[in-house]
Amino acid sequence: MKNDIILAGVGGQGILSIAAIIGLAAVECDLALKQSEVHGMSQRGGDVQSHLRLSDKEISSDLISYGKADLIISVEPMESLRYLPWLSDNGWLITNSTPFLNIPDYPQIEEVISEIRKVRNNVIIDADSLAKEAGSVKAGNMVILGAASPFIDIPYSNLENAIRKHFGRKGEDIVELNLKALKAGRNFTGK
Amino acid sequence: MQKLLLLGDEAIAQAALDAGLSGMYAYPGTPSTEIMEYIQASLQAAKKNVHREWSSNEKTAMEAALGMSYAGKRAMVAMKHVGLNVAADGFINSAITGVNGGLIVVAADDPSMHSSQNEQDSRFYGKFAFVPVYEPSNQQEAYDMVFEAFDLSEKFKVPVLFRITTRLAHSRSAVTRSEILQEKPLILPSDLRQFVLLPAIARKRYKALLSTYESLQYDNRISKFNSFTDGVNRQKGVITCGIAYNYLMENFNERKPDFPVLKIVAYPFSKDTIKDITDRCEEILVLEEGYPIVEEALRGILDAGIKISGRLDETVPRDGELNPAIVGKALGLATVIGKPVPAVVKMRPPSFCAGCGHADMFNAINEALKDYTPGRVFSDIGCYTLAALPPYNSINSCVDMGASVTMAIGASDAGLFPSIAVIGDSTFTHSGMTGLLDAVVKNSPITLIIGDNSTTGMTGGQQSQATGRLENICLGIGVSREHLRIMTPLRKNHEENVRIMKEEFEYRGPSVIIAARECIQTATRKKRSK
Repeated sequence: MKNDIILAGVGGQGILSIAAIIGLAAVECDLALKQSEVHGMSQRGGDVQSHLRLSDKEISSDLISYGKADLIISVEPMESLRYLPWLSDNGWLITNSTPFLNIPDYPQIEEVISEIRKVRNNVIIDADSLAKEAGSVKAGNMVILGAASPFIDIPYSNLENAIRKHFGRKGEDIVELNLKALKAGRNFTGK
Repeated sequence: MQKLLLLGDEAIAQAALDAGLSGMYAYPGTPSTEIMEYIQASLQAAKKNVHREWSSNEKTAMEAALGMSYAGKRAMVAMKHVGLNVAADGFINSAITGVNGGLIVVAADDPSMHSSQNEQDSRFYGKFAFVPVYEPSNQQEAYDMVFEAFDLSEKFKVPVLFRITTRLAHSRSAVTRSEILQEKPLILPSDLRQFVLLPAIARKRYKALLSTYESLQYDNRISKFNSFTDGVNRQKGVITCGIAYNYLMENFNERKPDFPVLKIVAYPFSKDTIKDITDRCEEILVLEEGYPIVEEALRGILDAGIKISGRLDETVPRDGELNPAIVGKALGLATVIGKPVPAVVKMRPPSFCAGCGHADMFNAINEALKDYTPGRVFSDIGCYTLAALPPYNSINSCVDMGASVTMAIGASDAGLFPSIAVIGDSTFTHSGMTGLLDAVVKNSPITLIIGDNSTTGMTGGQQSQATGRLENICLGIGVSREHLRIMTPLRKNHEENVRIMKEEFEYRGPSVIIAARECIQTATRKKRSK
């Protein structure tokens, strides 16, 4: 078993929380894991990415090779396309449909979506709306994780446990909100 | 033993605590910051009251760590690669004084310059100072090597340089902990003149250091980490340094390379270590994350021996960090290029946060300067460096910590007037204060604008030594009361702030403007935690 995942988004959108939750769940499942993240300048509204690798065997590189990622999980549509060189031919691209507009030359969203549809296996989800329904737009990252969850070789219940652990100190309401958001994403993609 | 999921930085921090660390010293700098942050957040460190406060800069951190070592206790100091330039005086001379308690100096390099102004390779500093260097290839090795490094430091009485790069520093993996060691007792050096580098003593100690460095090559503590794996295909052998090993192995998945591989993660190593592979192979490929240090050493000036390939003949690109594809290509393997990035994808450079005070400060600076010819704003290292980008295009330099002040002085010496420096509060107390003293003593006609956001912002909001002290520091250095101006960079104050700036730009002596408004990120975090 091997899952090579690229997490993408804009600084502050919560991709490192997604990484942390998959990480916690992977450890619970006794999987080997490497998760590489980029900090620093990119926190300031720039593009952010993380390479997350899971395996039942030893993992060598902290970085995923081009054309080898099984999944791109993105909380922003244009950012999902930035990492296409890493996606394998059979890989899945799961992305939020709501753009994060902080640059003057952001392309027409229709053009972005049409490029995403050209990827053979894609899931485009309005995570912001589903998160709002679940209780807060801030949980959009968990909706995306939920939508990606059928493609990750970790039992759903372990992801739920990881959310409880990760958000536990913020109180039961926050935990419930994020579990609800995860479920909404999961239901969107189907089992 | 307990298994933890840790960043490379955190593995080093946890290992130091488990190895009986008594003092951690650092100035924030990507990608090294998380070492100190981990120790500050650690209950284990709090219980033992391990020293864990930020220092004003890397030099003060380095020297304080040396003082901790003088007193017999284990100390660690961490910084980003360019921080080691700041600490270099203390670092180089700490090799001559030697240590008492174990001393580890962590330098986090940033090949490909993700958040830095250069990609200098700290291994050079190891050779330069004649100290051993550890360069772990993964998080577990980083953890284990810290224990070894402390032991080695105490055995040979030298500081040890721990070189990591961005990918290891900021990559998480499972780490198994070892048994926890007790802190060392306070015991002063047996020779109380050991640290007195008067020439007569320094000459003796330097000779001793040279012989220590020679013997380090053969110490089995260092050599046990450098491993040789033989192979049947002896046409070409591969030498990897640090994390380059991972990228090599990634190209072979679960298979093993059929050629000999020498993995180097500790320096100095003996000639025998190298001969293990060079005696067996017809040619050698060297894979190093950083400068071609081992490659250059192997080639020598004559480059007349065995055929060597690597960065110098561009089998591997001359600059930038490695990855599995680069290594695969260097090995002549078929590598996947992947799909192209669609043209619709635009650059998304970092920018000021919504509501950042620096944005209002630069709007005011731009307006106050609009009647002058461009090119008079010297700036520094921090979030405010982003003002080099559109729409601000405000600054004309970013070189090293504190250089804004002193470059403005030099340009004004050359006749540029007005000449303006823009620096952050933490960078000012790091290395800007001495420059301001020069300006005061020489009565240089410069205006120094301190963007005071009460934090070390770019690295994620660590404590700033400047907080609450800036006015008194400037007055103490000798800036006059009339030309020390305080403003709040807010849109509603724009007209007044522009007026104040214009007045000070025209003043023919040193003036300081403190543009004070708390970092929006820190302020939000504080509000949330209440």
